[in-house]
Amino acid sequence: MDQSFHAMGERRRNIVLSLCLAGLLLACCGYLQANKYEYNYAISIIERSLIYAVVAVSMNLVNGFTGLFSLGQAGFMAIGAYVTAILTIPTANRPSVYYISGIHPWIENLHAPALLALILGGLAAAACAALIGIPVLRLKSDYLAIATLGFAEIIRALIAAPMMDRITNGSYGLKSIPGFSSIFQVLALAACSIGLMVLLINSSYGRMFKAIREDEIAAEAMGINLFRTKELSFVISSFFAGISGGMLAMFMRSIDSKTFQVSLTYDILLIVVIGGIGSVTGSVLGAFLVTAGREILRFFDEPFFLGGVQVPLFRPGFRMVIFSLLLMIVVLFYSKGLMGTNEFSWNSICRFFGRKERKKQEGRVPHDGAK
Amino acid sequence: MSLTTFLQQCLTGISLGGAYALIAIGYTMVYGILRLINFAHGDIFMMAGYFMIFAMASFPWFIALPVVLLITTFLGVGIERVAYKPLRSAPRMSVMISAIGVSYLLQNLATYLFTALPKAYPEIPVLKRIFLIGGLSASFVTFFTPVLTVFLVYILIMLIQHTRIGMAMRAVSRDYETASLMGIDINRTISITFAIGSLLAAVGSILYFTDRMTVFPFSGSLPGLKCFVAAVFGGIGSIPGAVVGGFVLGLGETALVAAGYSTFSDAFTFVLLIVILLVRPTGLFGEKITNKV
Amino acid sequence: MEPSETVADVLEMQSVVMQFGGVTAVDELSLHVGKGEIIALIGPNGAGKTTAFNCITGIYQPTSGAVLFEGRNLRGLSPDVITRLGIARTFQNIRLFNNLSVFDNVLIAMHLRAKDNVFSATLRLNRKEEARMRAETELLLREQDLFGLKDEIASSLPYGLQRRLEIARALATRPSLLLLDEPAAGMNPQETQELTDFIVRIRDQYHLTIFMIEHHMDLVMQISERIYVLNFGKMIAHGTPEDIQNNPEVIEAYLGVTEDA
Repeated sequence: MDQSFHAMGERRRNIVLSLCLAGLLLACCGYLQANKYEYNYAISIIERSLIYAVVAVSMNLVNGFTGLFSLGQAGFMAIGAYVTAILTIPTANRPSVYYISGIHPWIENLHAPALLALILGGLAAAACAALIGIPVLRLKSDYLAIATLGFAEIIRALIAAPMMDRITNGSYGLKSIPGFSSIFQVLALAACSIGLMVLLINSSYGRMFKAIREDEIAAEAMGINLFRTKELSFVISSFFAGISGGMLAMFMRSIDSKTFQVSLTYDILLIVVIGGIGSVTGSVLGAFLVTAGREILRFFDEPFFLGGVQVPLFRPGFRMVIFSLLLMIVVLFYSKGLMGTNEFSWNSICRFFGRKERKKQEGRVPHDGAK
Repeated sequence: MSLTTFLQQCLTGISLGGAYALIAIGYTMVYGILRLINFAHGDIFMMAGYFMIFAMASFPWFIALPVVLLITTFLGVGIERVAYKPLRSAPRMSVMISAIGVSYLLQNLATYLFTALPKAYPEIPVLKRIFLIGGLSASFVTFFTPVLTVFLVYILIMLIQHTRIGMAMRAVSRDYETASLMGIDINRTISITFAIGSLLAAVGSILYFTDRMTVFPFSGSLPGLKCFVAAVFGGIGSIPGAVVGGFVLGLGETALVAAGYSTFSDAFTFVLLIVILLVRPTGLFGEKITNKV
Repeated sequence: MEPSETVADVLEMQSVVMQFGGVTAVDELSLHVGKGEIIALIGPNGAGKTTAFNCITGIYQPTSGAVLFEGRNLRGLSPDVITRLGIARTFQNIRLFNNLSVFDNVLIAMHLRAKDNVFSATLRLNRKEEARMRAETELLLREQDLFGLKDEIASSLPYGLQRRLEIARALATRPSLLLLDEPAAGMNPQETQELTDFIVRIRDQYHLTIFMIEHHMDLVMQISERIYVLNFGKMIAHGTPEDIQNNPEVIEAYLGVTEDA
């Protein structure tokens, strides 16, 4: 009785704390939005972080929660981005976008509102994932990494191929993609996508994903259809990767095939690893840290003078070396990342501070005694 | 298409295939022993390209050649020691992420040190000499690559079949734990596997880049992926399989380029992967692996 | 109990052969298990007992021969389908979902009979199903005296409890036939005795048929109605515990021939 009362109190406290945090964040975003010309840079960092958070959580869904190693994120993002871009570029601007090789009649007047375009982009990515999954996930999923990495490269090659000129505008890329009108749109989209994935992870299907991650043979012996469940996780993950690709297209306003190189996948992998493989909050945190870190560490790429002498290491490319070293260090020495497989919760925060508090008190007692 | 053109294309394909085969062996051996897709292997191959540029700048070719082979071998073994060995007992995904980390690091390091612009690959005079046989003209390297590949593979197979270290390798790839209980030095065996793989990648790199003429930081990533597919095609863990896979890939790609579908020559590799996984998941020469329960 | 011929066979293996490359792990194995029986499969290490189990549960497809479950041929069915038909198993080297809680381990097995899909589950439209699964899990854990440990991580349990949890998880799939692969491995005599009673209890409580591989002869002799003995993949004896105890061939198989003395 007493315990359940305590738990109820805890729950109420958690809800209050969560609402406070959400309110605080919204207020911050509101402030930035109200002064958007002043805080242009900060807003763009936050928007990019949110978009990366979506794709990082989607990667975590398949890699961290289902235990499959997929490296196709950049490819699925590219599909989402191109579908979104093709559907949302205003028809009036299309002749100027496709001025070199002209536009294919099929897509000339095809137009969709942004939200629908994003979802269609996600569905297209999911469909491609389903096709790759059939041969690869039926067998040892070892080859999934290579198959998806290869797929991402093929997608890139196809996008830039001359025969696709009239659809993807080849290597010139697509421009005049309508962007987001406010940071709240990005926030809402990211929150919805991540929220849905969290609900999935905590549902009975999420439990099956984890069962497969823990032990495939035991999972199968519990009546779980391995192929169907893996395929489901992979397809859903790719759907959200596609959505985030579409969001990236809207954020960048112009895209080309080089945007979706393998290094994009590696960046997202870095986020997932730093945040903790198997932790959603870790991925979100990682997305903000890595994106902001990238901006802050920009000075590594600029010539750096110390007392009038140029320090030789600092020149273009150094930042990426630092980033790859960071990935290695995390993998080798802090393999749990920031969060391990834990999630952020008020209870653990309170416990953490509670312990500190207690330690302080405990520390004081013997001191007093010595007096 | 005339017979001469056809033969000419075949020759190009076989030559490319030979280089692929040498790289694929590194993948297949490492996967056989550690069940690890060594994502960094393609980048070791790329680094070997850069080493050659610098070695040729300071030494004559007959000194530069062994120097490059030696440094590349050390690089491969060093990577294993630093990035894979500490993770022996970690989940397999961690090791693969580590491999990606190394690959990413080598690419970024190369970009940083040598810039992203392609660098000219030095000409090794002997390899570049043009030969004419009948109506066919090709540089020496084109003829030499398949011959050298077959020769090296023969030596490697002899080594694996008839020496103590070869026996150790076979034992470790069969059953890791039992092998270590039998007193086989696992770490040494793995190091030697990486040494052989990297050495062959260095040889492959010289043959490949002599034909391509430029090196850039990402020139290892796509050939790397392709060669892994070649290894899967031949049956992962099987050295003859990797060689056959390499040649099939080289010939197939060249045929597509010759037919005018060069955009799809890269895609061909992955179609091949999907097809082999659907039709014969264990590859051409792979043994059926049964899970122990 | 009546002789087994009068009860319907739950499981029947008909000349099952399992070859790996040139090695014949199971050779012409024929046996039958009647409804409600407790049957043991014994034999020295490497005799092919676990392989026989793997042939039943679909992890291996027998090279030849047939496995019938309640009259239905299991050829070509995958392990998850076979579990759905009503065969559950435990593993020789315990396979729990190590990083998940005791509760989740059992809850996952409950999903077998859930009527939901990924959308209803994600959007929480399956609250009723979820509540039912949780209630059933709680009941099962209480019945197996594991409820107090429901939030423990599976791998943190002591060995004996891990075995119990694995059996509880198997029961959650509501099997009619339970295959136990060395349930007493690594247990001391007292724990083995508890397990013996436990097996009989769950058989009666859940109306199970039990087919087990076991090395502890005390346990086997106490509760099995019949025993099959396997050596080098071949069945060398079959009968009641008394028959087996006095069978010279079995004694020889276990003690080894004196050739290398």
